[in-house]
Amino acid sequence: MNKQIDLEIPADSEVIIGILNNSDSVLKRLYLAYFPMVLQLILNNNGNEDDAKDVYQEAIIVLYNKVKRGDFELSSKLKTYIYSICRRLWLKRLKQLNRYGGDIKDFQDYLPVEDEIEKHQDKDMQLNKMECALKLLGEPCKTIMEDFYIHNKSMQEICERFGYTNTDNAKTQKYKCLQRLKKLFFQQ
Amino acid sequence: MKEEQLLEMIERYLNGDMSIEERAKFEALRNKDASINEKLAEHKNFTGLLKQYSERLDLENRLNAIHNEIDVHTLKEDLMAHPSLIVQLWRNHHSKISVAASIAIFAILCTLYFTGDLTNKDPRFMELKREVGKLKQSTENLNRSQNNLIHDIKYDKRFTNPGNFRGTGFALSSNGYIITNYHVVNGADSIYVQNAEGESFRTKIIYTEPQYDVAILEVNDSSFKNLGTIPYSFKKTKSDLGEDVYTLGYPGDEIKFGPGALTASSGFRGDTTEYEVYIPVNPGNSGGPLLDEKGNIIGVINGKQTQTSGAAFAVKSNYLLKAIQNIPTDSLSKSFSLNTKNTLAGLTRPQQIKKMRNYVFMVKVYNQ
Repeated sequence: MNKQIDLEIPADSEVIIGILNNSDSVLKRLYLAYFPMVLQLILNNNGNEDDAKDVYQEAIIVLYNKVKRGDFELSSKLKTYIYSICRRLWLKRLKQLNRYGGDIKDFQDYLPVEDEIEKHQDKDMQLNKMECALKLLGEPCKTIMEDFYIHNKSMQEICERFGYTNTDNAKTQKYKCLQRLKKLFFQQ
Repeated sequence: MKEEQLLEMIERYLNGDMSIEERAKFEALRNKDASINEKLAEHKNFTGLLKQYSERLDLENRLNAIHNEIDVHTLKEDLMAHPSLIVQLWRNHHSKISVAASIAIFAILCTLYFTGDLTNKDPRFMELKREVGKLKQSTENLNRSQNNLIHDIKYDKRFTNPGNFRGTGFALSSNGYIITNYHVVNGADSIYVQNAEGESFRTKIIYTEPQYDVAILEVNDSSFKNLGTIPYSFKKTKSDLGEDVYTLGYPGDEIKFGPGALTASSGFRGDTTEYEVYIPVNPGNSGGPLLDEKGNIIGVINGKQTQTSGAAFAVKSNYLLKAIQNIPTDSLSKSFSLNTKNTLAGLTRPQQIKKMRNYVFMVKVYNQ
């Protein structure tokens, strides 16, 4: 089943438009199209399939965010771009693990993508900090924060959900939660 | 204004919930107070991060869902089919393998070096010079100065320390030319010979012939007295197998007699310059004369085989004669003529030895 999907590689422009439109099917076709290439790279350079999954997903996220930001120019093939990102990420990982033997076995051409990876990893660190902070925050603050700031729910809805007697109480609670979350975030 | 209220205003402003008047008022406030602007930017940034976090989480979940549909195992098999196991092993472990290999090579070289296999010397062949124990030498060193003084005063004779190496040598002429093995004196700083009475004389090397393991020494010591006519002569022809032969030498502090027989006309590994003899020899016997029944010198003892008991080797006398002839005349400070008359022929073995012993010397070699 997968074999057939593998062979069907979506056109680069189709992928860009699909990402901009939040298309699930395009994301899936993109993912399936290039995973074997990355798996081959990682397996042949001291990695396993789980490493390949991590690296590949990170690369897709980099591409996704870049397209969403609107600064993706199709100056090279998407395939080359993804391969370059994965290659760079894997080299970094190998160095961290001290498994880097000095050379990497390549299967494709690649581009210099160091700056993008730097940017991505800075962002990634902040998001990881946010994740930790939210975990430490605990309930009900976590849900209040998510409902209000992420799911854009109104104070009225939150009030009803948590059984506050009036919105002012809920607002005070939300304010306290936000202050705690900020404190937890910046403490790290 | 309270922080909480300010925050609510900021949120409403950002969400666009303010009425036009409120908005105008708030913007005026922003222009007036820069700190409000800062707070606004910070809040926007922070809530933006929260949103991005949730988007990332969402995307990751979507990707994981897609990933779970892939049959990674089959894909892996397909991709990994080509490199063979050995190539794979090498690729994954080549740095470790290289390190292990270099350690192994180093260990082998060390072993070879310490067992002596790296040198040209065959461990089965043993040169019979005697290395005198280091411990003995150090104690001797302590006693030497004292001994020397006492002996010099009492006997006007010189007893010196036993040297670093010892061998045997025997006189070629009555005026102090002595033949011994090249390996005994090789690398020496100074060489002394000691006669059966225990008197030592300083000597120097005047000629060596390493390929036959022969060295000729000359005594240049004022206390050396003429030895008198040499009783033995050199046999020019080849000796036959089975002949009774014997040697005299200094494997220890005293002269020792070693009886034996000639067992082969070639030496170690078929070396035709040597005889093989069945004779008990020990380190220190090197350079000793090998005589036949009639008291002719037929060779010079120079080594033994370590793995076969009783097999010793001696350089044949015709090669000794060749070496003697090769001595350049200008390195001889005294007249040098070989004795050709054998006076031992009619004597019994003990009588022969009694006469011989004055002409056989202990060679003491000193080096640093």
